[in-house]
Amino acid sequence: MKSYLEPNYIVERDDERCIRCKVCVNQCTYETHYYDPEDDAVYSHDENCVNCHRCVVFCPTQALTIRPNPCTYTANANWTHEAIRALKEQAETGGVMITGMGCDKPHYTYWDRLLLNASQVTNPSIDPLREPMELRTYLGAKPDRLAVDVVDGEVALTTQLTPQVCLETPILFSAISYGATSFNVHEALARAATESGTLFNTGEGGLDHRLYPYGDHTIVQVASGRFGVHPAYLDVGAAIEIKIGQGAKPGIGGHLPGEKVGPAISKTRMIPVGTDAFSPAPQHDIYSIEDLRQLIYALKEATDYTKPVSVKIAAVHNSAAIASGMVRAGADIIALDGVRGGTGAAPKTNRDNVGIPIELALASVDQRLRDEGIRNRASVIAAGGIKSSADVAKAIALGADAVYIGTAALVAMGCTVCQKCYTGKCPWGIAATDPWIAKRLNPDIATRRLVNLLQAWSWELKEIMGGMGINAIESLRGNRLHLRGVRLTDTELRVLGVKLAGE
Amino acid sequence: MAGKKTLSFGREEASPLCEDKALSSGGYGCPEAVQSKNSVARVDAEGMDYRELNALLRSLNGNGVQRVEITHVYGQRYIGTDLDGSFDIDVYGTPGNDLGAFMKGPTVTVHGNAQDGCGNTMDEGKIVIHGYAGDIVGYSMRGGKIFIRDDAGYRVGIHMKEYYEKRPVIVVGGTAQDFLGEYMAGGVVAVLGLTLEDGGTHNARFVGTGMHGGKMYLRGNVRHLAKDVAVMDLEASDRTLLRCLIDEYDHYFDVDLHELTVDEFIKLIPESHRPYGKLYSK
Repeated sequence: MKSYLEPNYIVERDDERCIRCKVCVNQCTYETHYYDPEDDAVYSHDENCVNCHRCVVFCPTQALTIRPNPCTYTANANWTHEAIRALKEQAETGGVMITGMGCDKPHYTYWDRLLLNASQVTNPSIDPLREPMELRTYLGAKPDRLAVDVVDGEVALTTQLTPQVCLETPILFSAISYGATSFNVHEALARAATESGTLFNTGEGGLDHRLYPYGDHTIVQVASGRFGVHPAYLDVGAAIEIKIGQGAKPGIGGHLPGEKVGPAISKTRMIPVGTDAFSPAPQHDIYSIEDLRQLIYALKEATDYTKPVSVKIAAVHNSAAIASGMVRAGADIIALDGVRGGTGAAPKTNRDNVGIPIELALASVDQRLRDEGIRNRASVIAAGGIKSSADVAKAIALGADAVYIGTAALVAMGCTVCQKCYTGKCPWGIAATDPWIAKRLNPDIATRRLVNLLQAWSWELKEIMGGMGINAIESLRGNRLHLRGVRLTDTELRVLGVKLAGE
Repeated sequence: MAGKKTLSFGREEASPLCEDKALSSGGYGCPEAVQSKNSVARVDAEGMDYRELNALLRSLNGNGVQRVEITHVYGQRYIGTDLDGSFDIDVYGTPGNDLGAFMKGPTVTVHGNAQDGCGNTMDEGKIVIHGYAGDIVGYSMRGGKIFIRDDAGYRVGIHMKEYYEKRPVIVVGGTAQDFLGEYMAGGVVAVLGLTLEDGGTHNARFVGTGMHGGKMYLRGNVRHLAKDVAVMDLEASDRTLLRCLIDEYDHYFDVDLHELTVDEFIKLIPESHRPYGKLYSK
């Protein structure tokens, strides 16, 4: 069948600048560029280009520019170019549209309609360069009250505290599985988390043994597929996370195709080489809050109550009620992943239409737990589309203890959010397990880039807090008086629990 | 039943099961010696919360006790979880859900029925149930063996896997309910059909839905097979394996099934180990 699809992008090559070095030919994993020895020229198959910018960055003479194909269908607010293209693609294949990364639609971002406060006259701001500024955050259940014994003037705590994990900055690396990404990505995340005093999350593909030394800075995930889940894996992590859902594809499972299951991934996931790894949509031992409690306590029993158990859900319509149940089921940490959360692969329709924005889910969950008097019993991690330190500050003011960053971390390593992770050909060596491609990501450099990102955001958080006259992140948490909304309806303001700017 | 093309999935060399030390070295009559009496502990679980019971088991396990008999078990969960190595647990009563969850090594013998989630994500070890078991027996189990004397509930063997020397086995003496072997990615499930009348039919529907690895052996008619599985003729290695499993069942439950011929079984394997390979547009 002749394809009616036209190239999405046009490769422009400045022939005067091109030195025929073939770097672009070698760097493009989609075979967009090719060298013709008879003409001594480099040409392009534009239809293969995904706009990842690998060739642009690595071209030594800046000879390349990638432009969106200006040849779009007749302008139409309903039958947009994207809609027409999707229809044609499906008509040609009969398949589900698959995509990578998070929802790319513009209408869900509330961070940009929330503004932060600062001190003026009536209370002093603080200069973080001069005064101590506390970002340290502990994740885990906090007791309802503390009991102490005072003997001869010595105070001793008698309340038995539940396990906590300590973060030096309230930013964790979100679950990204080994298999969806390469070993080098996992190594860089593990090393950067360790160096920065935070945690990375294995995702649901297990943890390669070479990364066990970073266990104190690792959240080990247990998802429906239970890949690579065994006692040593549970024991090595600082915390365990039960994955119920993710923001990019709430309610549906995952599927790592067999061609990505090479020897190392096979060993870590503990499945034979070349077999598909299915993560069923539900965890089949969890059909209720009571069942969730059963798995939470199975994991606590399996690790002798030594570490907090997190439960991650996609932000959906009734997240607040579910979160209440999760806390009552014994979750020490609740991770909420909003509709903009990323993924290595998801059906496009689900990614762009299922779930709710993290800002609204976070606000309603925090409020619900406060109303019920159980907010202390679990920490809340917000995830899904956190793209700057300002988003972190706003999330914490809305009620989060900390945030997960996934896409932002990948971008720090080189990702350009081209949304083609599912092809396994990521030219940046991130969403790729083919050794030839994966080795492009140098773990030393990637670690440095991640550490730099966390350092930069941590400084910015301190500046924001200093401006507010706050010297500990605890004072910002759930402090919605430090937020004001713009361009929001009364209902949106009510759900977010913030006032309109000027009020 | 017509033999279909042989599919290769996972590794297809001779079954490691019959090389299993418990089976080959000790013979079928005496797989493991009883531990010395000095190391047997007796626990009365009457009125004990599961946390208390399991903490006690961990403590006994850590102090070198090798065998525990627990009486008056009334639904305590997670028995067998987080214990090391060779440790024998005899359970008298009814253990609760997630018996042997994440278990690595111990042998649990239940003198009674088990509830749901038995052998959940189990890594190594053995569970022998002198009675019935509930739903999702062996969910995502990666190694070890579960023998159930009578029937089992829904979704037995769901998403069980195998990896090199780890090849989990579930043997159900009677019958099992819907979604038997769902999402199965490896290992072996054998359903002996002993509670069916002669020529009887397993009530289960959607047997093998989403199955993409491993094999199932069933004795008795199957009411409803999922589209994902193929019915195959038994090969020599299947016969040897089935005989081993039947003999092992005989041994645990003190029955004599030597007249049960392996020819009465059908073998189910996945039609494809890529059942959803053509779902996507590119």
